[in-house]
Amino acid sequence: MSEAREPVAVEAIDITKRFKDVLAVDRVTFEVRPGEVFGLLGPNGAGKTTTIRVLVTLLPPDSGRAAIFGLDAVAQTMAVRRLIGYVPQQLSADGALTGWENVMLFARLYDLPRRNRKAAVAESLELMGLADARDRLVSTYSGGMVRRLELAQALINRPRLLVLDEPTIGLDPIARTEVWEHVLSLKREAGTTILLTTHYMEEADQLCDRLALMHQGQIQASGTPAELKASVAPDATLEDVFRHYAGRHLADEGGSLKDVRGVRRTARRLG
Amino acid sequence: MYGAFAVPHAGWADLQPAPAWWRLLINRVITFCWVEVAKIRHDRTELYTRAIQPALWLVIFGETFSAIRAIPSGGRPYLDFMAPGVIAQSALFVAIFYGIQIIWERDAGILTKLLATPTPTSALVAGKAFGASVRSLLQAVVVVLLATLLGVHMTLNPLHYAVAIVVIVLGAAFFSTLSLTIAGIVLSRDRLMGIGQAITMPLFFASNALYPIGVMPGWLQALSTINPLRYEIDALRGLLIGTPDNLAEDLAVLLVACVVGIATSSRLLRRLSH
Repeated sequence: MSEAREPVAVEAIDITKRFKDVLAVDRVTFEVRPGEVFGLLGPNGAGKTTTIRVLVTLLPPDSGRAAIFGLDAVAQTMAVRRLIGYVPQQLSADGALTGWENVMLFARLYDLPRRNRKAAVAESLELMGLADARDRLVSTYSGGMVRRLELAQALINRPRLLVLDEPTIGLDPIARTEVWEHVLSLKREAGTTILLTTHYMEEADQLCDRLALMHQGQIQASGTPAELKASVAPDATLEDVFRHYAGRHLADEGGSLKDVRGVRRTARRLG
Repeated sequence: MYGAFAVPHAGWADLQPAPAWWRLLINRVITFCWVEVAKIRHDRTELYTRAIQPALWLVIFGETFSAIRAIPSGGRPYLDFMAPGVIAQSALFVAIFYGIQIIWERDAGILTKLLATPTPTSALVAGKAFGASVRSLLQAVVVVLLATLLGVHMTLNPLHYAVAIVVIVLGAAFFSTLSLTIAGIVLSRDRLMGIGQAITMPLFFASNALYPIGVMPGWLQALSTINPLRYEIDALRGLLIGTPDNLAEDLAVLLVACVVGIATSSRLLRRLSH
């Protein structure tokens, strides 16, 4: 039975999504294998978040097909959601509740059996190093703590696929390293498949087994970080790869400042 | 430390079958009621500040109009007559601004996360609407106590109170969905605030809260027949004060209003999350 062909974790085929006159995602095709960390790397406005929103069933694609472990993201929405843990870009947890309550909320929303809920919540918080802060209101948390709390929420259903949209945006370097460590140990020790987006080269290089470079709604190149570098020059960095495929347009990316400010604002409001 | 996660395919989705739709609906309603209770436990100030307005209505308006006997109240003291109206009104005032919280959750990114959980939009809206009624219910308890202190003669029959709770919950859930519907149309907190302010008084005045339907001009009587608040107050007055009512009709109207409200606001919620 275990010899049966295991479906790929994420299968995106020709996904296209248009908002009015903006073509946000343009015939995007890629595959994420079970157990790997796959990164969508690209500047702000490249279409990464829209792609993610299609995959986690929040947006129906205009055309194309998305499947998570063989389940169709449009036709089998609820079944797909039960397999996924999703952390959106914006730092978001309910500041009027404690850390424990925030995670318990998700344990209930994923219909964990009542007898397992408390243990699962405690385990998730422990895993993310928040056991000591569990009874504090989240409005007193730092940005890094909120992000770890969100990871704890996303892990509560023991997802087969963890989807992280810009997991370290707006975090200071120490908090960023902490999040990286947690993501890596999840992959290493739990075998969780992880799909993340980032516009930080270092993050892509450190975390991802394979990458797809996204720019202006399209995937420009994909492969392991090493393959991508070798394809450009013998001693190239990911940054060189990035410039090679997208560089000529990078100067006029308008969205970046606004997005970062939005995230900062949220971080301030929460703590 | 990651031991429990070590078997990646033993996730809850694999171990646990998806609940039936009705079970899921009940689970979500309980969950969002639990959230509201937790929030109120952390911060009770709203409970106190919101008690001021109904207190003023009862003490100033109620006592004054009792004294001048200007409004026919079916042989009952006027204060008795208006107390159920003030209970319904204060529950309405809490519910009608509930959409503001949803817009805040949208802006804070929380709504996106809730929508990505295995919760159909209608179950999310129903959960939120009945969760919102927890605050309205607490508000109603405060007004009942206040009215009792002022000497209003209310029933001692616990069964009547149990049905009154159902009436208040249905009323609050409906007005929350009305608020969510407006939120889904106007999409901004400021505009919702303005519209909320603009419609609460017309809803209140086009009801039997302060005076019987019979003394209204014909056009207002007609208008009041489509106002769910009228049916809520009719039921509460019958249950708590013992005036003649149409309880079955009142409950049916409120139930239908809730279902319509949930259906309408679920369609608009996706617009909010864009």
